[in-house]
Amino acid sequence: MNGVDVQEAITWAHREEWARVVATLTRRFRDLDIAEEAAAEAFATAVERWPADGVPPNPGAWLTTTANRKAIDRIRRENKRDDKQKEAQLLADDDPPGPLGAIDDERLRLIFTCCHPSLAMETRVALTLRMVGGLTVPEIARAFLVQEATKGQRITRAKAKIKAAGIPYRVPSAEDLPARVSGVLAVLFLVFNEGYLATGPGTDPVRHDLTAEAIRLTRLVRALLPEDGEVAGLLALMLLTEARRAARVSASGELVTLDEQDRGAWDVALIADGHQLVRERLAAGVAPGRYQILAAINAVHTSARDVRDTDWSQVVALYDQLVRLDPSPIIALNRAIAVAEIDGPEVALAAVDRLESKLAAYHAYHATRADLLRRLGRSRDSRAAYDKAIELAGNTAEIAYLARRRDQLG
Amino acid sequence: MQYLVSVIDDKTNSATSDEMAAIHAFNDRLKAEGHWVFAGGLASPSSATVIDNRGAEAMFTDGPFLESKEYLAGFWVMEAADLDVALKLAAEGSRACNRKVEVRPFL
Repeated sequence: MNGVDVQEAITWAHREEWARVVATLTRRFRDLDIAEEAAAEAFATAVERWPADGVPPNPGAWLTTTANRKAIDRIRRENKRDDKQKEAQLLADDDPPGPLGAIDDERLRLIFTCCHPSLAMETRVALTLRMVGGLTVPEIARAFLVQEATKGQRITRAKAKIKAAGIPYRVPSAEDLPARVSGVLAVLFLVFNEGYLATGPGTDPVRHDLTAEAIRLTRLVRALLPEDGEVAGLLALMLLTEARRAARVSASGELVTLDEQDRGAWDVALIADGHQLVRERLAAGVAPGRYQILAAINAVHTSARDVRDTDWSQVVALYDQLVRLDPSPIIALNRAIAVAEIDGPEVALAAVDRLESKLAAYHAYHATRADLLRRLGRSRDSRAAYDKAIELAGNTAEIAYLARRRDQLG
Repeated sequence: MQYLVSVIDDKTNSATSDEMAAIHAFNDRLKAEGHWVFAGGLASPSSATVIDNRGAEAMFTDGPFLESKEYLAGFWVMEAADLDVALKLAAEGSRACNRKVEVRPFL
């Protein structure tokens, strides 16, 4: 095996095995800190040894065994004064990894612990990316444009809280499961959105590393909770959104809106996957949650080969369903955009204007108004709305798009 | 594990009779299910005295060590297997006493 193949094997093992190793060690040592450090040491040892010794036949088992040894070494170092009995117990517990189902269950425990509702949202995101995703602290800090030390402290404090406050390491009971799953999905959706609509002047408009990581983790949760409709819905929503990534930013770094995108540049494989998930949820015959409805809306858009073929009445009907579930002004804003295609910009503008008190600080509110005012020929009002939208927008590609649209006004 | 569930309020001894009845019912449940350790309401912070006996002589100072609009008006000490159990109990406690509560683990 040559150097490139070994490097690939290590990358693959990291992607496939990191969460398993951390989860298995956390179950055994009841300590996220020990599990994380031992897992990191095991992968560092693999980088050192595999090129010379060759890739072991079962990389996952090799990594788990190595990480177990590292953890025991650390505990011994820290408990020099501890009695021999405890040490004997550690050795006796050196059991082989359990059946696959049991390990999968442990990764699920790890996810629920990292996304515990008693942790701040930002902490849940950082902890999930570190413990489940295997991203390093500098990678996470870069992804969210914060100082490495700040992110590191956040993760350290979170691990300390989990230990001190007795946050359990288990899958929640059936009665708590829906609420806790929706907490996990919120974390994954936030990671995806940060990648999809990256903010900040120095960043790429679309952070593929973050969208890819969010999809990978959502696929994992889907494999672990295959019966959950909202997990399937979120995965479908991410796939159908990611499918349009290449068409979404022009060569000059400008946002391309859905109606102007080159639909030939959409990723047909991702769209097929997303549509399959949406069909599966429709066939389930269970009332859909918000992610499933959002996925269905995206399925309607991605089913149209040309923007003129879009089934807008279907889109509005889905938004009506969504409004009943989530009466947030942002949903109402998106519904109004679809309404404009059926009832015209004047009706839509009236609906948008009613949202002013709630959305005055949201750039998309002003961008939507600007577009509707433009279509109504009210150039001066449109220009003012574009100015406001540009002032509030954080995404570089979106700012470029809004500025061009404003400058094209007569 | 044991958890301190602090009741946060800007006044003390202000529970209505309905709230008191709900608190008693909740306390009975804590006892029946083995979560009960201790609970009590506290008089207002203005009745507090701060004592510092680290020096040669004990110093007594009138008033609380920290002035704030909201303060500890009462508390439970609960036995719970983990934070999920404690949070669930604390949520019920908050509902029963109709006040905000904070959960903090003992060392």
